Amino acid sequence: MARQPLSLRFWFAAAFSLLLALVPILAPLIGQPHYVTMFSRIMIFGLAAVGLNFILGFGGLVSFGHALYVGLGAYAVGIMSFHGITNAWAQLAAALSVGAVAAVLIGLVCLRTSGLAFIMITLAFTQMVYFLAVSLTQYGGDDGMPIPARSDLGLLSLDHGAVLYYLIFAVLMLILYVAHRVVHSRFGVVLSGCKSNERRMIALGFPTLRYKLSAYVISALICVIAGMLLANLTRYTAPAYLNWVASGDLIVMVVFGGVGTLFGPVVGSAALVIVEEALSSFSLGLPWGMDDLISTHWLGLLGIFILVVVLQLKRGLYGALVAREQGSN
Amino acid sequence: MTWGLFFTQALNGLQLGVLLFLLSAGLTLVFGIMNFANFSHGSLYMMGAYFAAAVYGWCGSFLVAGLVAVPATLLLGVIVERVALSRLYQRNHLDQVLATFGLILVFNEVVRYIWGPAPVYLNVPEALSGTVDLFSLPYPAYRFAIIGVGLVVGAGLYLLIHRTRVGMLIRAGAANGTMAAALGVNIPLLNTLVFGLGAALAGLAGLMAGPVFAVRPGMGESILVLALVVIITGGIGSIRGAVYSALIVGVVDTAGRAFLPGILREFLDRSVAQAVGPAVASMLIYLLMAVVLAFRPQGLFPVRHG
Repeated sequence: MARQPLSLRFWFAAAFSLLLALVPILAPLIGQPHYVTMFSRIMIFGLAAVGLNFILGFGGLVSFGHALYVGLGAYAVGIMSFHGITNAWAQLAAALSVGAVAAVLIGLVCLRTSGLAFIMITLAFTQMVYFLAVSLTQYGGDDGMPIPARSDLGLLSLDHGAVLYYLIFAVLMLILYVAHRVVHSRFGVVLSGCKSNERRMIALGFPTLRYKLSAYVISALICVIAGMLLANLTRYTAPAYLNWVASGDLIVMVVFGGVGTLFGPVVGSAALVIVEEALSSFSLGLPWGMDDLISTHWLGLLGIFILVVVLQLKRGLYGALVAREQGSN
Repeated sequence: MTWGLFFTQALNGLQLGVLLFLLSAGLTLVFGIMNFANFSHGSLYMMGAYFAAAVYGWCGSFLVAGLVAVPATLLLGVIVERVALSRLYQRNHLDQVLATFGLILVFNEVVRYIWGPAPVYLNVPEALSGTVDLFSLPYPAYRFAIIGVGLVVGAGLYLLIHRTRVGMLIRAGAANGTMAAALGVNIPLLNTLVFGLGAALAGLAGLMAGPVFAVRPGMGESILVLALVVIITGGIGSIRGAVYSALIVGVVDTAGRAFLPGILREFLDRSVAQAVGPAVASMLIYLLMAVVLAFRPQGLFPVRHG
């Protein structure tokens, strides 16, 4: 079957990408220009979720702390912009180097454990950096701070919504392509070997820690880039970007989309952001003040939704598509 | 720095450590015995505090509040375990994390719906509202009560686990659940029992912490992360580890916040110290955890098998 790759899931991903590409053109046509911002957020969180999925889905390591790296990226843009450095490449270089150093150090400590302890320790480190961000009173402390200017990318002005949108789109597509190549490379195969049976990989002579640490750093850096884009979108940086709920949201996105699928996290991010928007501005005219109840307490409904998805839908939304396809072959 | 200040801070540290112990004892048992990632343990602590505040507001007696809040939290824990969480024991950790994350969101919103987003106040009981003189230094009696309750519970837990039949079964389940089940121990019942015990301890922690910290939605998460640090540092599943490392974490955290800015001021420029001090102080216990893990990945006091 030479035509195997052009499957249902491929067409779904292609159609979804096409839809994403057309949003800035379609949104003004249907009179909803704010969709551009909403889909920018979907793609940014999708990007971060792709990064998390790299270690969670393909490496089998559940990190409850990837918001840390999103926050690092956002603070890198915020702090440098605060001191007048707006050159995008300088910001990128600084953010990636700080992110890489942090990821290597934290990764080395976290990867000494596995399973439950790994989940807890990644959460603990994120909380540590959260408190660090809160104590940076010079940079807004608890409230965070507005960013004076967006990153300067030379000819392209990111102050224009559509330009920023297509930059995010291009970065997402590029990272998805790179992730696709990495997952199917020798490195990716070794990584998934570590996931299914690490002891056997060690017996085969692979230095598994090195592979897992590389995967951890790559996934962290993808999140750093997502954080930089987020700071440029909102022109704001705050400790809230890296608290434990943000980390949890990223996991929810990966699981909604389907663990260990390449495009799934983007679908999951779209699902979560759209559910969030729909519930927090809920008004269908239901009786007994239900509208108000739902829009104030939508987080609780989201919690119930997550519980039901976890208990019933084990493979995620996009993952269910993959499973159906594999079943029909 | 005087000795009085030093003693006061040491007692504050001890008091935080005791609260952390109440919270992490149940958590470490659930982690160790069921191999289950229960991140919603902090929500049970929050529910305990809210139950206590509600009853206290209704009848004005702290004792009655405690007598209602602790069993109510126990019951709530058992219901949550039976309805939702017990189905997840056989699933992977990712599903467990997600489900309990969902539960945290639900509990926070339930609390916000019933009691509103503003903090609820739980007063110190009349009898304990005074101070006790310690080396001619006044120290709140209620904080002594917290330490006392923690010591009593710790001793009781030790007796329960090492001297009773139930404790023996818990230890058997922790050491080898499958084998214990094969020998006829009702493991699901034991799991519910352990979960309920953990919930009751969390509720007790919530009750005791109520008058000290504000009772508000989301109060469980920040202390849950501290309890996770305690468990990782002490060794997952180890009650002994939970005792020692809760005290270590409590004292280190309190001492760091109290003394570190002052110590840094001796070495650094005043403005730098002012900025760096609180930041480093809040990171101290995580650094402690990182150092412990770097040398002993299994924790300071791991469970002894065999």
